[in-house]
Amino acid sequence: MPEFLTLRVNGEPVQVIAPVHKTLLEVLREDLGLTGTKHGCELGECGTCTVLVDGEPVLSCLVLPVECQGQEILTVEGLAASGRLHPLQQAFAELGAAQCGYCIPGILLTSKALLDASPQPTRDEIREALAGNLCRCTGYTKILEAVELAALRMAGEERAAAGGLGARAAGQGGGR
Amino acid sequence: MSPKEELAVIGKPLPKVDAWEKVAGDTRFADDLFLPRMAYAKILRSCHPHALIKRIETSRARALPGVYAVITGADFPPVKFGIMPTSQDEEVLCTEKVRFVGDPVAAVAAVDEETAERATELIDVEYEVLPTIMSIEQALAQEKVRIHEYGDGPNIHKAVSLEFGDVEEAFRQAHLVREDVFYFEGNTHLPMEQHAAVARWGPDGKLTLWSSTQTPHYVHRAMAKVLGLPMSHVRVIATPNGGGFGGKSDPFSHEMVVARFAQLTGRPVKCTLTREEVFYCHRGRHPVLMWVKTGVTKTGEILGMHFRSWLDGGAYGSYGVASTYYTGVLQTSTYKVPVYKFEGMRVFTNKPPCGPKRGHGTPQPRYALECHLDKIAADLGLDPVELRRRQLVDEFSMTANHLTITTCGLGECIDKVVEASGWRDKFRKLPPGRGVGFAASAYITGAGLPIYWNKMPHSGVIVKIDRGGGVTVFCGSTDIGQGSDSVLAYVVAEVLGIAPEDIRVVTGDTDLTPVDLGSYSSRVTIMTGNAAKEAAEKLQGLLFDAAAKKLDVPPSALEARARRIFVRDDPDKGMSFPDAAQLAEAAYGTLAAAGSYTPPMRGGKFKGSGVGPTPAYSYSACVVEVAVDPETGEVRPVEIWIAHDVGRAINPLLVEGQVEGSIYMGLGEALMEEQVFRKGLHKIPSMLEYKSPTTLETPEIRTVLVETLDPEGPFGAKESGQGPLLPVIPAIANAVYDAVGVRVDEVPITPEKVLKGLDLRAQGKEPRVGPERVPAARFPEPIRVPLPGEDSTLEAQATIYRRAIHRREGPRS
Repeated sequence: MPEFLTLRVNGEPVQVIAPVHKTLLEVLREDLGLTGTKHGCELGECGTCTVLVDGEPVLSCLVLPVECQGQEILTVEGLAASGRLHPLQQAFAELGAAQCGYCIPGILLTSKALLDASPQPTRDEIREALAGNLCRCTGYTKILEAVELAALRMAGEERAAAGGLGARAAGQGGGR
Repeated sequence: MSPKEELAVIGKPLPKVDAWEKVAGDTRFADDLFLPRMAYAKILRSCHPHALIKRIETSRARALPGVYAVITGADFPPVKFGIMPTSQDEEVLCTEKVRFVGDPVAAVAAVDEETAERATELIDVEYEVLPTIMSIEQALAQEKVRIHEYGDGPNIHKAVSLEFGDVEEAFRQAHLVREDVFYFEGNTHLPMEQHAAVARWGPDGKLTLWSSTQTPHYVHRAMAKVLGLPMSHVRVIATPNGGGFGGKSDPFSHEMVVARFAQLTGRPVKCTLTREEVFYCHRGRHPVLMWVKTGVTKTGEILGMHFRSWLDGGAYGSYGVASTYYTGVLQTSTYKVPVYKFEGMRVFTNKPPCGPKRGHGTPQPRYALECHLDKIAADLGLDPVELRRRQLVDEFSMTANHLTITTCGLGECIDKVVEASGWRDKFRKLPPGRGVGFAASAYITGAGLPIYWNKMPHSGVIVKIDRGGGVTVFCGSTDIGQGSDSVLAYVVAEVLGIAPEDIRVVTGDTDLTPVDLGSYSSRVTIMTGNAAKEAAEKLQGLLFDAAAKKLDVPPSALEARARRIFVRDDPDKGMSFPDAAQLAEAAYGTLAAAGSYTPPMRGGKFKGSGVGPTPAYSYSACVVEVAVDPETGEVRPVEIWIAHDVGRAINPLLVEGQVEGSIYMGLGEALMEEQVFRKGLHKIPSMLEYKSPTTLETPEIRTVLVETLDPEGPFGAKESGQGPLLPVIPAIANAVYDAVGVRVDEVPITPEKVLKGLDLRAQGKEPRVGPERVPAARFPEPIRVPLPGEDSTLEAQATIYRRAIHRREGPRS
């Protein structure tokens, strides 16, 4: 039976009428038109459909929207707040971390959760955090480099915001 | 060729032109298309590996509320299709017989996927089950059970035999003759995006198909054939591919199913395969059994080689004829093999059809050859790197099987990885359980011939300049993530002196773009790059002519750079690019130009010579360091060093990405990935159970790019998307031997196999795990081809070399 759902997606309230058994992935893509969230298996195995729910990475193919009512859902479309790319997006684009790009929305969101919790992760910590997100194109190398570059830049921005030496982030260039 | 420092765009680590939309989640893949009134299709697939279809009853499915249409093979003209003209053996929906679990039988279009799925369960199919053939040995042993009625023998799709010089004589003269047997299990592409297609039948009676395909032109041809439509009424749009790796290179049943449904229902229709279906549609790496015999001198120089391969092709032809040849042709393109014989055979089995996966038919023999050479080095007490290093093919030479080598940076690649990895301090010197392995390889930069015989260009590009200076590039190529759209923009930007971001690229649309044959055989950069360069140079000529008149200088005095056209020796004298464009349009009319590219015809004059020739070969050398756990048998790659001769890195960032991705994919094939079956059913058709490397299994990859500026490539570029996969697998196998003294002559190198080898070693037996024997040879009489230089081709060959050397030294760009 269709259910009337009120969700918060990318900071905005949205109302949806959808069958209760429809997954969050399906509701995001099919009912809300947010096709930035992709799917690779729809069985919770590949990490492609990852979104953040209250800041935590969640496999949207395994979650029912009814469980997320009252929580903040963040998809890749919400990552570029007010049209400005998130430093992760910027770094992924600059370093060629997105080849086919299909797994990238899920990886960006998983990485955001990591950096929010641990702003200066080691490479091994990044590997650990991304171990559930499969990518078949990149061999992960450029993805790891891009997360590191974004972390550096975000740290620089924070220092700048705190009145520190803001020039450092800009000086990172392509990180190469 | 312009010196590197003179180039403004080529060689720079720029973002891809589609990078921004990809990181923003804006890229529209096929399944992201939602059209008004759209219906959803599901395909009922055979649950038997081999059976006759006695009856299909669809009335219960038709009666289900929400179902728009149900179709079977009877709803299509009785026409078969397939990618190769000689292997037209597939039906959209099987009419008489199914040949593997997953063969399409019927299809439903309904209001949603769930209803369509439910309706497929209401279709009653009565089968008469047939005996199954599940291995190469069974295929060759069964005379009576026949999967297909065509081919080179019972269940033999293709059998080939070619001999270049007298190998038996070479073996008689050899100091050492060694034979080895290897097996490479099949594996699959596993693109993150499942295949999807959307069809729309317009009120004008014309069809539009959006599909995640690597080969829109070949799909275009197949669609027209199967649906009985003129090609001019079929438009195929290749959506950005969410990974391909060769798995989206065939025309597929679901593409034709949605088209027919769109016609029948008057609605747009979408079909997205489930992950399980993707495993069954497959077209991936062939399982190959291989036997190799090589005669060498005391110092390891190869005198002659004889190679046999048996390919398990699965249920249909696909690219299999080409795959068969590819298991034999490139053995000669890395080290000098003066005399060579190849026999290959592809059999049909009741498994998902195999086809091209990254490296197409060459990773298997490369694994066999590089392990075989390691064993020869050990027999002779030589360093395996030295054994290879001293007999590399010469630049601008011809191999025994008539392949023309242009540039070859393999020597430099070897030196670079040997140094970076610390090979000399590690080989045979690391503590037990640790080891290093080496291997090298070559790969084609685009096939010399198209899939179907024709004399037209392989790639076409149209470039158009707008009055504001904006430039649009049209090309039939398909971006599967490798960056082919970006390559078009970089090349045109370089020639016209503008920035890649000033260029819009329109690709993979059979209505809008000139034909490019597709993203396969590592052909895209060289072919679209050369075509784009030609088109852009024509426009540059018009712009320079118009600007020269205005500036009162000869056109040859001008240069285009930084969005300006100016006098080279007086840079202040010039004009903006848009101003030049307007002058040129006023003088010559609408500014558009076409460029096209056809590879040089270089194959020998014998049957089978069409596979292997290419404008240029890329080269790779690889060292892998592994740690092997003697308790569990687990092989952990510690670090991988690779050097790749890419000719010229059009964008080093993207080339590195291709190399790293290739290494990763080879690593998965070497250690864990395999397509395995039980009674015709895939044992592990899921991303959880089909193990592929995660961030935790992928080690640090150290990439070195080597540039040789090949005269054939645009700005000297060769391929990078497939070749670097090849050496990884044998390098890992060789490293395992260095670590624990066990030879695993069968891929993947699983912990079970390593433990078995360690057990054998502990028992004092030969520590080798792998196939023991090969089937009795039933190859045709070989076609005996004179070696280059043994006949009148000598003079022609000399001309080729002279031309090649001339081009390199006095380049055409």
